Amino acid sequence: MADFYFHLPALLRFVLQGTAVILVLFPLAAACSMAERKISAWMQNRPGPNRTIAPFLAWIPGMGVLKRLGLFQLAADGGKFTFKEDPVPGHVNKFYFILAPIISMIPALTTVAVVPFGAYVTVIEGQQVLMPIMLAQVDVGLLAVFAVSSLGVYSIILAGWASNSKYPFLGSVRASAQLISYELSMTLSVLPVFLWINAPGGAGTLSLLEVVQMQSGVGLQWDSVWFVFTMPVSAFVFLVALFAETNRQPFDMPESEADLVGGFHTEYGAFKWSLFFVAEYCHMIVGSGVFVLLFLGGWNPLPGLPLHLLADWMHIMDKPLLMGLLGIGIFLGKVAAFIFFFMWVRWTLPRFRYDQVMAIGWKKLLPLAIANLIFYALAIAWIETKA
Amino acid sequence: MAVIPVSRKPLTLLERTYLPQIAGGLKTTLKHFFAPKDTMEYPEERPAIPAGYRGVPTLVFDPHGREKCVSCQLCEFVCPPKAIRITPGEIAADAPTAHVEKAPKEFEIDMLRCIYCGLCQEVCPEEAIWLQNVYTTSGYSRAELVNNKQKLYELGGTLPDTHFKWDKKKAAEEGGNAH
Repeated sequence: MADFYFHLPALLRFVLQGTAVILVLFPLAAACSMAERKISAWMQNRPGPNRTIAPFLAWIPGMGVLKRLGLFQLAADGGKFTFKEDPVPGHVNKFYFILAPIISMIPALTTVAVVPFGAYVTVIEGQQVLMPIMLAQVDVGLLAVFAVSSLGVYSIILAGWASNSKYPFLGSVRASAQLISYELSMTLSVLPVFLWINAPGGAGTLSLLEVVQMQSGVGLQWDSVWFVFTMPVSAFVFLVALFAETNRQPFDMPESEADLVGGFHTEYGAFKWSLFFVAEYCHMIVGSGVFVLLFLGGWNPLPGLPLHLLADWMHIMDKPLLMGLLGIGIFLGKVAAFIFFFMWVRWTLPRFRYDQVMAIGWKKLLPLAIANLIFYALAIAWIETKA
Repeated sequence: MAVIPVSRKPLTLLERTYLPQIAGGLKTTLKHFFAPKDTMEYPEERPAIPAGYRGVPTLVFDPHGREKCVSCQLCEFVCPPKAIRITPGEIAADAPTAHVEKAPKEFEIDMLRCIYCGLCQEVCPEEAIWLQNVYTTSGYSRAELVNNKQKLYELGGTLPDTHFKWDKKKAAEEGGNAH
């Protein structure tokens, strides 16, 4: 089986890999919408959607639990969005109106290409090498994530403009202003991490794999501390900027339904709206993934207990498939916890006012990120010259 | 009244970062996350109906199984939305309750008109019509929502009786004490 796969043409293999990842990411993003509904319900002392089930599945024992969890509601919602009438209002610019949701999906699904989500050990020339599980192992890593994910805002601008209507337009203007404001702090906040992992004079890298490698020390040593502990301010600034970048509460200015009806997707319905929706969750998943890789040790189960040590204990070092699955499982577990945190915050906090969003972004977060960068630059320089 | 200016305390540095407040909020929502749910899962779970609840009007039997309505038509007259229609009928001469003289041949309450005011129950001299604890009615047609006599007795069932008015009357008559 494996031999057959590796003898396929490289291009076909890449297409298969990409499709496989999208086939996981897309339903995962859709499942997030159900998780959002259930979590919001539980936080409001409600049971949430728990009635839907396909009649032919109802007699299978154990299905009741899935029904209570609203899993079939997800399928029903998906079916509804796919098959219901897809109206295009008469006053919109049809070409861009239809283009916008498509454009929203592209960066959302593209960023995942450079995000490693697991690792396995392989033997190359007699040496054990930790190989990442990712679609494209490029050295620009994080830069590619930033570059592509910020393209997502173009879809919002396009949607708002093409809708030819006040509220969507206001929403998209807000989205672009917010994105620009928080992109700066976000990028500045991760610089200390890369200052730390790039030894002076050596070849520089922005690879996320390297970041995880630097958090994979065994036992009590400097390398085994996750960056969230050594660089808490960086992690905090990155987290806040991540909330703003993914348009999540308390920063969901672009769609704030209280003052902008539905924001940029006011004029959208049915399948096109669901594309925006899923793209937003894809951004959340990839953003959480990047946060986990940067600050929470990626696929390492605990600080000081890296994946390869755990795999060694479980005697699956020589089984790349099992070790890969273990790594992906741990990584996805962390991402899921993070998604829960996103939702938890959403159902706790009220929305910031627009001027507050700008004030926090420019007057608080940006100076904090710069101060943080200067502090770590000096600290790292001091540590490096001393050593 | 004098105006008392109240000075607002300036926020402390910690408060201006929002963080302690956010943490407090997160704690509250997490508490609710694990708390038992307040929702009643309706069709399976039903709310407890308090005594004296005015639900769907029904007709009732007395404990001996006699229909209590004597078709005096007072409820029909008093009904504000004119939801009740009674067709009076005779009781067969050989029936054990022949002395009651009358009973409804047909008794219809249009639930599309009924306003659940309870005046019919209040006016009934026989305590035959009761607004009980049924609070949902549904149907696919207008005709289905007109409760006929059979349906009304199905809904009403038997209620305890403290008077047995007609039994006393019959006993008095038999004892030569007719009034």
